[in-house]
Amino acid sequence: MAYLELKNVCKSYGEGKNKTEVLTNINLKIEEGEFVAIVGFTGSGKTTLVNLLAGLIEPDSGEILFKGQPISGTSHERGIIFQNYSLLPWLSVYENIAMAVRAVFKDWTSKQVDEQVRSFIEKVNLTHAINKKPKELSGGMRQRVAVARALAMKPELILMDEPLGALDALTRGNLQEEILSIWSEDKRTALLITNDVDEGVFMADRVIPLRPGPKATLGPEFNINIDRPRNKIALNHNDNFKTLRNGIIEYLMQIGKERTAGIELPNYELPDLVPMKFD
Amino acid sequence: MKTKIIKAVKFMGLGYLEPLIRLITGEEVRKNSKDAFKRILFPLLSVVVFILLWHSFSNYLNNVESTLKIEKTLKNQGPEAAKKLEDCIASGDISCRPNSLPSPAMVATALGKLWDDHKIMATKKQDFIDKYETINEERAANGEIEIVYTGRPSFVDQIKTSLKTVFAGFLLSIIIAVPLGIVLGLSDTLRTSFNWLIQILKPVSPVVWLLLVSMIVKTVLTDVDVEKSFVISFISVGLCSMWATLVNTSVGVSSVDKDFMNVAKVLQLGTIKKIFKIILPSSFPMIFTGLRITLSVAWMVLIAIELLAQSPGLGSFVWEEFQNGSSDSNSKIIVAMFVIGIIGFMLDRIMMIFQKLLTFTD
Repeated sequence: MAYLELKNVCKSYGEGKNKTEVLTNINLKIEEGEFVAIVGFTGSGKTTLVNLLAGLIEPDSGEILFKGQPISGTSHERGIIFQNYSLLPWLSVYENIAMAVRAVFKDWTSKQVDEQVRSFIEKVNLTHAINKKPKELSGGMRQRVAVARALAMKPELILMDEPLGALDALTRGNLQEEILSIWSEDKRTALLITNDVDEGVFMADRVIPLRPGPKATLGPEFNINIDRPRNKIALNHNDNFKTLRNGIIEYLMQIGKERTAGIELPNYELPDLVPMKFD
Repeated sequence: MKTKIIKAVKFMGLGYLEPLIRLITGEEVRKNSKDAFKRILFPLLSVVVFILLWHSFSNYLNNVESTLKIEKTLKNQGPEAAKKLEDCIASGDISCRPNSLPSPAMVATALGKLWDDHKIMATKKQDFIDKYETINEERAANGEIEIVYTGRPSFVDQIKTSLKTVFAGFLLSIIIAVPLGIVLGLSDTLRTSFNWLIQILKPVSPVVWLLLVSMIVKTVLTDVDVEKSFVISFISVGLCSMWATLVNTSVGVSSVDKDFMNVAKVLQLGTIKKIFKIILPSSFPMIFTGLRITLSVAWMVLIAIELLAQSPGLGSFVWEEFQNGSSDSNSKIIVAMFVIGIIGFMLDRIMMIFQKLLTFTD
């Protein structure tokens, strides 16, 4: 029995004529302690998939099993890092994380909560900004807070919805390494959704492309058999990394082409006009 | 130190003082003197221009009024009386001053008079209190009613009464509108069911509210000791002005960012916690905007309501001055107008500071 299992999951929005099938027949098995990345184009239904797993929305048909039990609603066992940080702007960095910790560990003393919050703020290197409000932070710092908030809740499964999508390349690289180092401490199961193939290959044990929606479904999986800890610079010269990356990119390019090829453009009749001559 | 002062000044909405502060501390003299010149001198110039325009307009109106008066006297009482009146007007005597828009100088004099009057009334009141202090103590000991001062209220007393009424009304509207707005905001069904009532009651004139409230208060409060007119006017002010807060609160509560609601779901907060930790803080900016509108509406309708309810305050001051028609009544009315305007402006500024202190900005 897999740790997390999706069986023929379908999700659509709207009804009748306006119905759009976002996800169809999603089948996925994740083992405990695995780091899986799902790579796909924007608008291919990635966020819908994460929301389904988090329990924010329910599938139309199919089953989502977590530790053998069908999931219903949200749970503290499944932590989520949102794409747009979703920090509460009226709370400081400390308060944002403390609120989450208090919500999960209801019987903790305030000292335990304080220790947990401070240790996670330190892990994401934000001790200097502990009392700042989100608006005073840069995008990368905000995302760090969101990461610390999700991980401080000690979830058994971490869902990451394009966590680094809005960041510049340098900050992205740093944060990838930070997330990996925190993750490697206790190797919890993680699911990363991303549009960056390099990110997926660098971070995950398995990369699965999501064929673009509507009617998105998962493509063939790529096993990333590169030893951890991985070094970004060294990876650039790793042949294994190169083949995997190129393989995924080629696959994505091909399904991209298929998608545009399937759409028939209307044939416009252009008027036959010739510039007028004045002489 | 300097940056702290500048921050505080900006916080109070007095940002135009920034270049002056920087100039005093000798920072970037050329740039800051230019800025200070622009941001302080020009507004001051506009005040001068305003007073000059006002002065010449009132002069013009007074001339028109005097010519009309003289022509009328000439027609009705003959040339001799007309000549007499013309001389009288030219001498600037109070008894024959044309009754029109007062000039800035006259308004300034009226302000001085009102202030002197206030000082006289205040000493009178103090004398009275000193005089009756011992007597009242004896009366209280004997179980008799104390003798209270019942003299005429001065202009400053009227301002105080008005502020008291407006705050009582404002408090009432907060007590009613904020909880009600939260309830309506949380439930789509309730909001759509009661929307018609809000939409109909919102545009009702303060005068009608006053009449409605007095109908009810008259029956409910039969106790003579209570100041009925005060109760009527503050309840009317509250009912009249609470709509902005009610609507803003319900809209703010109902339109909380979906991301924040997702956070609440993921953290699995209970209903009460969700309301107090997520929904209320995120709708605070909207609620405060509503409260600011409510306070300025309350101050605006207060004058009309006091005027009609015969409740003491600036409204009745204006009305009495209009009724008694003495030579400086018009000037006093203009003084009241500026005082009302400035107090309204200050109330709004105070609310703005509270809003900045208590709410977040993106």
